Amino acid sequence: MLLKIEDLHVEAGGREILGGIDLEIKDGRTCILFGPNGSGKSTLLAAIMGLGHCRITKGRIIYNDADITNMPIDERARLGIGMMMQRPPNLPGVKLKSLVGAVAGECDIVSRANEFRMDKFLDRDINVGFSGGEIKRSELLQLTAQSPQFLLLDEPESGVDLESIGLVGKKVHDLLYGTANCDRDKKKRVSALVITHTGQILDYIGADHAFILIDGKIKCSGRPADLLKDIRERGYKECIQCRMVKM
Amino acid sequence: MQNGKDVKEALNKKASYGPDIDLDDYKVGTYTPDKVDRLESIPGDVKERMVNVGVMPCGTGRAGTILFNDNGPVHVSSSSDDIELMPIRKAAKIYDLSEYLWKAVPADKDKYTSKTYIEDSDGYFIRVKEGRHVKYPVQTCMIINRNKQMQNVHNIVIVEKDASLEVITGCTTKKHVTESLHVGVSETYIKDGGSLTFTMVHNWSDDTYVRPRSGCIMGKNSKYVNNYVILNPVRSVQSYPVAYLNGEGASVKFNNICLSHDGSEIDTGCRVELNAPRTSAEIISRSITFGGRMIARGKLVGNAPGAKAHLECKGLVLNDGGLTLAIPELESSIADVEMTHEAAVGKIARDQVEYLMMRGLTEEQAVGMIVRGFLEGGIKGLPDDLKRDIDAAIDKANLGS
Repeated sequence: MLLKIEDLHVEAGGREILGGIDLEIKDGRTCILFGPNGSGKSTLLAAIMGLGHCRITKGRIIYNDADITNMPIDERARLGIGMMMQRPPNLPGVKLKSLVGAVAGECDIVSRANEFRMDKFLDRDINVGFSGGEIKRSELLQLTAQSPQFLLLDEPESGVDLESIGLVGKKVHDLLYGTANCDRDKKKRVSALVITHTGQILDYIGADHAFILIDGKIKCSGRPADLLKDIRERGYKECIQCRMVKM
Repeated sequence: MQNGKDVKEALNKKASYGPDIDLDDYKVGTYTPDKVDRLESIPGDVKERMVNVGVMPCGTGRAGTILFNDNGPVHVSSSSDDIELMPIRKAAKIYDLSEYLWKAVPADKDKYTSKTYIEDSDGYFIRVKEGRHVKYPVQTCMIINRNKQMQNVHNIVIVEKDASLEVITGCTTKKHVTESLHVGVSETYIKDGGSLTFTMVHNWSDDTYVRPRSGCIMGKNSKYVNNYVILNPVRSVQSYPVAYLNGEGASVKFNNICLSHDGSEIDTGCRVELNAPRTSAEIISRSITFGGRMIARGKLVGNAPGAKAHLECKGLVLNDGGLTLAIPELESSIADVEMTHEAAVGKIARDQVEYLMMRGLTEEQAVGMIVRGFLEGGIKGLPDDLKRDIDAAIDKANLGS
């Protein structure tokens, strides 16, 4: 098992957001996380990454047999966890080029920024004045430099115009299926947990399994296409009821 | 106004800012130090101190070099016909300097200017000839050699009409010097259409007191960029240079980068008087306190129509216990001016650090990257040497611990 979350309770901003999450992701699998706004999806990703605004009050996160519940963020990153944030902070004064260069190690990713249409942004301060689509492409460029083994993607398609969606989709695909950046990335099995509202990203990546998170709890799981169809047709309310009937 | 009697009386006049210093505690440094004929013959440890303040000990890539040890010149060399470079006592024998001496800095300003006036201190004289554009920078270096000594210098830089020049000046103490006082009066004149970039790097011992007194008078459409950098511990620096934009269309930019370590007190900033139409000014200050005291001042005075100016004062506080004080001031005597200021003091945002850690950087690396961005960001055209020094100082400061 790549990721195992046991009875995870998380507080943010002084209130409980996640109230007992159990979730497993097998190595090499791509899982989708559905759920209405405010249900705790981003908090779950942030808790797996270890971001400071999330306080774990109960439960454990096991990654590759290691308990990472209280591990510092950078150590999690070095274990291979990488995250694409939906609303990353501005970093005034820190050039995109400096970060990509520092993260990429021996791989030359900086010179490939044009593939992400980010070559003109290399000397810009990270995220400062970036549009929605530019933020996504910048995140993907950074992740490509980082080359994680497990991807946490928070709404990779949101705020991206129709022209760029193909590029974003392709780059997510490349990250997942190891279209080798350089030697270090060959034959890599990459897994992912992806938040999506529209399911648009599913046009570019295959997904093995999906979860529905409502009010801080996993209420349902199943095949991504089936769940998406249910949500589209009947909304999350029906989804809860359906689950309750089954239970 | 500046008669000898007033100036002598000013010997007891405390400065407006900064802790007072008893000048009697220091012996006036020698005016006749040993000469250095060839830069190559400078001892290794002194060379190292020079490099740390941006001065090339071999003079490569420089249009000229002038060195002072204590109060006297020890080396002058120049490879450019476009400039005149010599000690000011020598220049005063050749030229009538009355229109430049004590015109940009009043001699009776305080005890430090008064002392320099009474001592008739030596210093560097740099003049760029009319219309000449000096390709390489001129470098000057002021070194304090002995303990408990006072270094008094009086410098004059003249950029003639339509000429341009870059000056790099480094001030430092020899390694064994602990306690000392540096008093430097600098008067700068940029005539119509002239342009000057002046970069000053300080690297003192941690028990040095520093009292520079600088003024710049600017003509029509002249340009002045002043960079001031202090990265290492010092006892106390207090400086407040003034630029007088007296010619229409003149523009000035002051960039300050200061690190205030535990035990240091840095009180710096500048004042810009926009006295002619369509003049402009920008003051950018970036400071970091590691438990020291840091006072960042800035004052813009708009006295003519169409004046535009901005003041930006940002301070990062990395440790508790010190003091960070930002004092931005805007003053206008007329309606048609546009002056703004922005000041911010605080710690490093946690979400920024975490964002970089998410990419695999350690906390220390993340803080270092943010601090470097903070210091260098917003300041365009910072020389590469200086960036390297800043990086080295940040590495040495052991951040994130």
